[in-house]
Amino acid sequence: MLTIYIHNEPYRVKAGINLLEACLSLGFNVPYFCWHPAIKSVGACRQCAVKVFKGPEDTRGTLLMSCVVPVADGMRISIDDPEAVHFRARVIEWLMLNHPHDCPVCDEGGECHLQDMTVMTGHVQRRTRFPKRTHVNQDLGPFVAHEMNRCIQCYRCQRFYCDYAGGRDFGVFGWHDGVYFGRAQSGTLQSEFAGNLVEVCPTGVFTDKSLAQHYTRKWDLTTGPSICVHCGLGCNTIPGARYGQLRRVYSRFNSQVNGYFLCDRGRYGYEFVNSDRRILQPRLRQEDGSLAPVAKAQALAFVGQALQRGKAIGIGSPRASLETNFALRKLVGAEHYFQGESAQKSAISEAILDCLQRGPTPTVSLHEVETCDAVLLLGEDVLNTAPMLGLAIRQASRNQPLEEVARLNVPFWLDLVARLITQDQIGPIFIAATGATRLDGLARQIYRAAPDDLARIGLAIAHLVDPTAPEVSRLPDDAFSFAHPVAEVLKAAKRPLIVSGPSLGSVELIHAAANAAWALTRAGKDARLCYAAESCNSLGAAMLGGGDLTAALELLRSGQADTVLIVENDLRRHMPENDFEELLSLARCVIAVDHLEQATTQRAHCVLPAATFAEAEGTLINNEGRAQRFYKVLPPPAAVQESWRWMGELWVASGRGEASPWPNFDAIVAALASEFAIFKDVPALAPPASFRQVGQKIGRQPHRYSGRTAETADQTVFEPPPPEDADSALAFSMEGTPLEPPSALIPRYWAPGWNSLAALNKFQIEVGGPLHDGDPGQRLIAPKPYPQSPYFKDFVSPFARRPQQFLVVPHHHIYGSEPLSAASAPVASLCPKPYIALNGADAAAAGIAGADQEVVLSLAGASLRLSVILDSTLAASLAAVPAGIAPFEGLDLPAWGTIAAAPAGGQRGGGGS
Amino acid sequence: MGVSPMSSTGVGPVAKKKKLPETRARRPCHEMGSIMLSDEVKKEIDAEARHYPQRRAVVAEALKAVQARRGWVDDESLRDVADYLGLSFDEVDSIATFYNLIFRQPVGRHVILICDSVSCYLTGYEKLLDHLKKKLGIALGQTTADGRFTLLPNACLGLCEQAPAMMIDNETYGHLTAARIDEILGKHE
Repeated sequence: MLTIYIHNEPYRVKAGINLLEACLSLGFNVPYFCWHPAIKSVGACRQCAVKVFKGPEDTRGTLLMSCVVPVADGMRISIDDPEAVHFRARVIEWLMLNHPHDCPVCDEGGECHLQDMTVMTGHVQRRTRFPKRTHVNQDLGPFVAHEMNRCIQCYRCQRFYCDYAGGRDFGVFGWHDGVYFGRAQSGTLQSEFAGNLVEVCPTGVFTDKSLAQHYTRKWDLTTGPSICVHCGLGCNTIPGARYGQLRRVYSRFNSQVNGYFLCDRGRYGYEFVNSDRRILQPRLRQEDGSLAPVAKAQALAFVGQALQRGKAIGIGSPRASLETNFALRKLVGAEHYFQGESAQKSAISEAILDCLQRGPTPTVSLHEVETCDAVLLLGEDVLNTAPMLGLAIRQASRNQPLEEVARLNVPFWLDLVARLITQDQIGPIFIAATGATRLDGLARQIYRAAPDDLARIGLAIAHLVDPTAPEVSRLPDDAFSFAHPVAEVLKAAKRPLIVSGPSLGSVELIHAAANAAWALTRAGKDARLCYAAESCNSLGAAMLGGGDLTAALELLRSGQADTVLIVENDLRRHMPENDFEELLSLARCVIAVDHLEQATTQRAHCVLPAATFAEAEGTLINNEGRAQRFYKVLPPPAAVQESWRWMGELWVASGRGEASPWPNFDAIVAALASEFAIFKDVPALAPPASFRQVGQKIGRQPHRYSGRTAETADQTVFEPPPPEDADSALAFSMEGTPLEPPSALIPRYWAPGWNSLAALNKFQIEVGGPLHDGDPGQRLIAPKPYPQSPYFKDFVSPFARRPQQFLVVPHHHIYGSEPLSAASAPVASLCPKPYIALNGADAAAAGIAGADQEVVLSLAGASLRLSVILDSTLAASLAAVPAGIAPFEGLDLPAWGTIAAAPAGGQRGGGGS
Repeated sequence: MGVSPMSSTGVGPVAKKKKLPETRARRPCHEMGSIMLSDEVKKEIDAEARHYPQRRAVVAEALKAVQARRGWVDDESLRDVADYLGLSFDEVDSIATFYNLIFRQPVGRHVILICDSVSCYLTGYEKLLDHLKKKLGIALGQTTADGRFTLLPNACLGLCEQAPAMMIDNETYGHLTAARIDEILGKHE
């Protein structure tokens, strides 16, 4: 710690940071534009000028840009110095020369950093009388709107999009006052992180196109702390609602998880909540076979009777909260509870949980991924399965080159200089995959092979690092020439990271990644092990246990079960069509609880409407075993309620008791914690519903929320009381605590004078650092230090080609493979059509003329008519199909299939056997 | 109408650029292959690239090599340069549009750069510009109908001691008068 003097008062600040960070962390309001806590300093905008004095005698001082000046012990500065104040006001006047006066029609208005800074500097009177320069805007795709006239040339967009996130279809064009930020030509932004431009841009050049469809000012949004449900990483979010509709999702800062950013699937997947496929009423199968809306009491009576009379099993879901799965498990009994995934996927989730707990290598948070200096990706195309993990790996790739920057005594946050020094250098990233991945541009070496051979690579690396790890026999030369240098580089790294995941459907791959990581730990490395997770609660479901769907089907076949209660799960996505049909035909009664119409709800005898993540409280376990709480953003529609609450009512309806065992959220969390040792800390994740600050709850609405008396005036002139929330310390109201809430309950970032997202600075211990009372969430699992690594001794045979057959592997797509986001209109527009990809040599050998040819894929008893894509990167004898996209949902891949030219005519992209 | 990518009207480059056909614009660079760059241009780029550790360092030289042969840099050539250097179209175009002497739109056979910086301004630039515009029948940023001349402003030619000055192609001309301009233009067919 150093001492600096601001206005002659001493302050203790951290060494190695810059003056702007120091001032902001101390709570001073220094205006800035180009600096961003994650994208660091460049000194482009000249807005953060402060006076720096040589010593106590120096009265003149020097104007310096605080974002590029490192703090020094004894440094004396002034923020309020008249010359500095004048300078900053003139800079903003100059930036405003070309900025249009369109705040009333600008989507950024009310949360605009430029507005805040203009007010802060006191520049209230425009003097310029000249025409403003104008630009033609571009269509940047379904996510981001473009209005270049508002640009103040801070370069944040380009520095985020290209430098930070690795995008290459964006840039700065032209010169002088014609400088243009966008693409060379109109077109959809290709980066998985383009939506962050909306938050990164300090004004309204890049705004949220989905929000514009149902626009609401920030001050009119009801917001709450939430967790993204579109992959297993558990990024923290702040969704905003108005008029019973979800209107946008912004990132919620968590220094351990997603930091400042989100991927576009997470940001734009939310529209499924507003979908017209929502189930808003209980539905009951009628005599004529139709599903008709019925009163809640009738539906409850029906299901209660069915549960009482029948031999019921419950099928939970990896996308439902812990509480919901737990309530279902209690309702049907542990031996009749199933976790709702195929045998293959259940085994993988269990293997991941096992590897993270029984070995000596710790797992990583996303933030810790950024601190690793060598990475091996084993089989997982992270930018498609867990995009933010890819962004973190990109930051990790800078760590070795940044050592040179440190050696030259250049602070790493002096971004422009650091990037000039490091140039194109990339730290060691190695990718072993079935085909091209979106991170290949970072890779030092790439190995492409079938899943079994990828697993063998992992096992071989483990053995090369630690000779006591099991050896891999018959390793071909090309595999050895990949594995050997990888092992050497990982051994030489300070903090090597092994990344794998469930997407290739291989338990062997999970084990191989564990062996490699354990070998590094045993070799004395500070190694890390990271697995992606497919669903937002995959690990939580695995922790709760329960059989897989094959076991559930077996129980129905044997007659030991005849009634199926399915919660937040579309079984068609987890089992092949034949099994699905068999399950439905064996079950006398099928009850589905979910929020969107899907294959299972359409076939059920009774459907109960479940709340989405935005209308419920719950706990999710992310890919690293971190438990995180999400809260309601809007009250569920009238007949809709949380699935765990349905379970409580079914408890009563089925005669299990007089009242629900879980009258409120805290009760079910307490029950969960008392039953499972692993969940004992879950109640402490956030304050209980009884929590009050100065006697008040925490308002989900800002104090400037407008139109409350008019919101329902089309129905009644009486203003209804705000909906009660008995489940949390948050209220659906403007009224509430004037204090800063505990970090797990922060519904939005706002501070006096800071209406934009930059208000977050006021909620952190230091800018860019953790929130005041620590980041919410807690990892529930820990590695087990062993005297020896508990290596898997799996013997994986080399991939053996089969004549005339292809091993069909799933390739995941950021847009399309995850079902909830695929129901969101902006995301749906980017989902791929079904295809089958082959490499050119294999296609030629199979007599396929070329791309776009129609073929019939025979797979697991089904014949699927598909269009061919040629992919030269695909390993030999593999065929890739889009995971989770019809007609491939529910298929356990990889699986062997045959391909034949399609007969003329017929339908494309589907069809039964 | 031929316009410098950064015309003095302050309108950004993207607004006026010719649009690529959709199918071509959507295909990633690496699939296109380099079909346009001549061996001679490639050799020139490679010779230049030997001076630098990164190939991206020679973007400006590569664009100059293309322009020396074609007079301007069209989208196809720009894409070829991008492919050849392992860069994206956007990365190369952002450099191309930064330089006012890399032309991203067709220009005439001769490019007139009239100096509008302070010395020339004081010694009669405005009058000379009026004369040029009237004589050629075009405004700044335009090309004559016969494709003979393109008229562009230039921030400084470094000829203050000979102000007012202009440059046509690679020749500079100082101490300009209306009569001298007529004479000089006459020498350029």
